[in-house]
Amino acid sequence: MGATHLPSTEFDETAADDQLEAEAEAQLGSPAEPMVQLLAPDGTLGTDPVFSAYAEKLDGEKLRGFYADMAKIRRFDVEATALQRQGQLALWVPLTGQEAAQIGSGRASQPQDYIFPTYREHGVALTRNVDLAELLRQFRGVSNGGWNPKDTNFHLYTLVLAAQTPHAVGYAMGIQRDQKAAAAVAADGAQDRPAEPKAAVMVYFGDGASSEGDVHESMVFAASYNAPVVFFCQNNHWAISVPSSVQTRIPLSNRAKGYGFPGIRVDGNDAIAVHAVTEWALEHAREGKGPVLIEAFTYRVGAHTTADDPTKYRESAEETLWRAKDPLDRLEKYLRAQGLADDAFFDQVKADGDELAAYVRKTTYDLETPDIRTAFANTYVEAHPLVAEELAWFEEYSAGFAETPEHNSAEPGSPDPDDAATGVAR
Amino acid sequence: MTTMTIAKAINEGLRATLDNNPRTLLMGEDIGALGGVYRVTDGLLAEFGADRVVDTPLAESGIIGTAIGLALRGYLPVCEIQFDGFVFPGFNQITTQLAKMHARSNGNLTVPVVVRIPYGGGIGSIEHHSESPEALFAHTAGLRIITPSNAHDAYWMIRQAVECQDPVIVFEPKRRYWLKGEVDTQNPGASADPFKAHVLREGTDATVVAYGPLVPVALAAADAAAEDGHSIEVIDLRSISPIDFDTVTASAKKTGRLVVAHEAPTFGGIGGEIAARISERAFLSLEAPVIRVGGFHMPYPVAKVEEDYLPDIDRILEALDRALAY
Ligand SMILES: Cc1ncc(C[n+]2csc(CCOP(=O)(O)OP(=O)(O)O)c2C)c(N)n1
Repeated sequence: MGATHLPSTEFDETAADDQLEAEAEAQLGSPAEPMVQLLAPDGTLGTDPVFSAYAEKLDGEKLRGFYADMAKIRRFDVEATALQRQGQLALWVPLTGQEAAQIGSGRASQPQDYIFPTYREHGVALTRNVDLAELLRQFRGVSNGGWNPKDTNFHLYTLVLAAQTPHAVGYAMGIQRDQKAAAAVAADGAQDRPAEPKAAVMVYFGDGASSEGDVHESMVFAASYNAPVVFFCQNNHWAISVPSSVQTRIPLSNRAKGYGFPGIRVDGNDAIAVHAVTEWALEHAREGKGPVLIEAFTYRVGAHTTADDPTKYRESAEETLWRAKDPLDRLEKYLRAQGLADDAFFDQVKADGDELAAYVRKTTYDLETPDIRTAFANTYVEAHPLVAEELAWFEEYSAGFAETPEHNSAEPGSPDPDDAATGVAR
Repeated sequence: MTTMTIAKAINEGLRATLDNNPRTLLMGEDIGALGGVYRVTDGLLAEFGADRVVDTPLAESGIIGTAIGLALRGYLPVCEIQFDGFVFPGFNQITTQLAKMHARSNGNLTVPVVVRIPYGGGIGSIEHHSESPEALFAHTAGLRIITPSNAHDAYWMIRQAVECQDPVIVFEPKRRYWLKGEVDTQNPGASADPFKAHVLREGTDATVVAYGPLVPVALAAADAAAEDGHSIEVIDLRSISPIDFDTVTASAKKTGRLVVAHEAPTFGGIGGEIAARISERAFLSLEAPVIRVGGFHMPYPVAKVEEDYLPDIDRILEALDRALAY
């Protein structure tokens, strides 16, 4: 493996790189760096001195799996957007355009790795086997989390930009300590259980979030302690209405050099390249070689959220340009050209997507509104007198309503004999 | 029983914690070879090594944020913030992340991080080295805040903070770091519950509630008032979040007069919270309004005038006079 010539911002250029580089140059206003790309928008597979070796490990089944995941999550995105439009969700954060960045990277992680997402990583959640309906709890306003991170090693969404990046580094430092302790036990010859698989942490953030101080502090900590963490920046070119050129004058991957670890810019719409690069980076981290920054050069095709109106700040021509690089289309072209998938496969993928959408819709309707008592219960781990006092007050206050049926909405249709007597207006 | 300073007591408490539990670690700026700018972690690096006593990069958000990640992985980090005025780069991580992680995970995750912050004035220092920001943290649900006023509490409180499953901020009264006292490292005695207030001195005419650096001042004021024939009860609050209102209420009902003293600015401070709660709970027993004694509504003033800023014996006596005049 040619890892010796990393950071791979010094990789050889290909013709496709040239084109993207020219675009990046226009967008960033500074000379763009080369970018790892294996699968071109026309569906042809190129080569890379380091990462082709990783791509070669991907058989037909794996590649079909990538496609199926990307199609599934796109369908899910459409469904969630519709649910928001129908008033079933308070907000939705669409990911269309970023499927390859998320599925390619998420599929490179292993169960023992731990993932810290931002709030748009629905595709990564899918690869971690999070029940997608659970992702909607937060957006429906029935939870600030929605799933138990311990089940899938996929952390909760974080809405304070970049706040999760130091958590990731701390978690990685914990892994590092655990491995050191395990090695010490093993060296004592006292181990009678199988060695834990080596693990790494991957943390996602956006090009906008890269300006937050927490990203800087995280990278300093990661470098100082050689923490097994992969920083995965999805540069989707926009932070709500602000273009990435306002966040950075250089490709974000180049920043890694300043911290002293490898930075790789990868075509974020190329699932094969993203997977290869991420697999390399996670291996690098798991092997104790330290952090890596990956910048997935991609595009947020739709709005930032369902509350956003991108026509106010960007040209539709830009969107058209990026739609031509669609991550699903190019993998479909490749799969068909290689004879790895046929109509029957794509029909099945579509049917699976519709089934998922129906499931998500039904589950969303069924999501139960929690009792505020759960918030009382979960504010602290240990008993807390103020919480107990306020809960007791709330119980008494609520009980007062239960005694006056005209305020009790539990049985809306029930006749209220006291109504006229009390004269309480509804 | 041994006599030691508050700084030494915290040092011993940290030592016991590191000794007892291999998953505890200390993190902070200059806490290793230097032993912290106040030498509270003195000698711990040599004893436990650089993996347990971690000199971090100079980055408060990074310190708290990585501590959260370590806690999620099952570690028990104790962070040192070098000075009160420098906690703010880490404020975001403390209030938006540390305080809320348990709640937002519906109880699935716990982040038992301890944050130690030397606080308060009276050491003649320069800007940002003498602040009392405890109310800013107390307002955030999910955090617990305690502050020792004596060596015995200092020893036990740090140990109790590490054992607590919730995030705990320990505000250490820096001008009392060198105050000596008896410490029983075998038995916490009345200090077994860090969230309980202590009645330090019994009295019948009025109550003074104080915490941290002002406790010795309140005691001295009570002594002075006694010379004038007033019997003053003194309460060391010890815990700022939660506040042991039962102990304060019982005392207020007994004496009928309450003065709350802290170094932090009076406006929006802990004293206001106590005054409000006590007027709800003991209105009919009160002979006078609850009177607050605190700092002024200004940035912490320059050291040469901090004596005019900090509540002292006379300021507490003046408040007591006002309360007793009703
Ligand atoms: C600390 C903070 N400031 C502001 C916001 C409001 N906000 C939400 S998303 C966003 C843009 C984020 O852009 P980027 O990091 O590129 O991620 P993207 O949403 O494009 O994936 C902003 C400003 C926030 N969530 N957190």
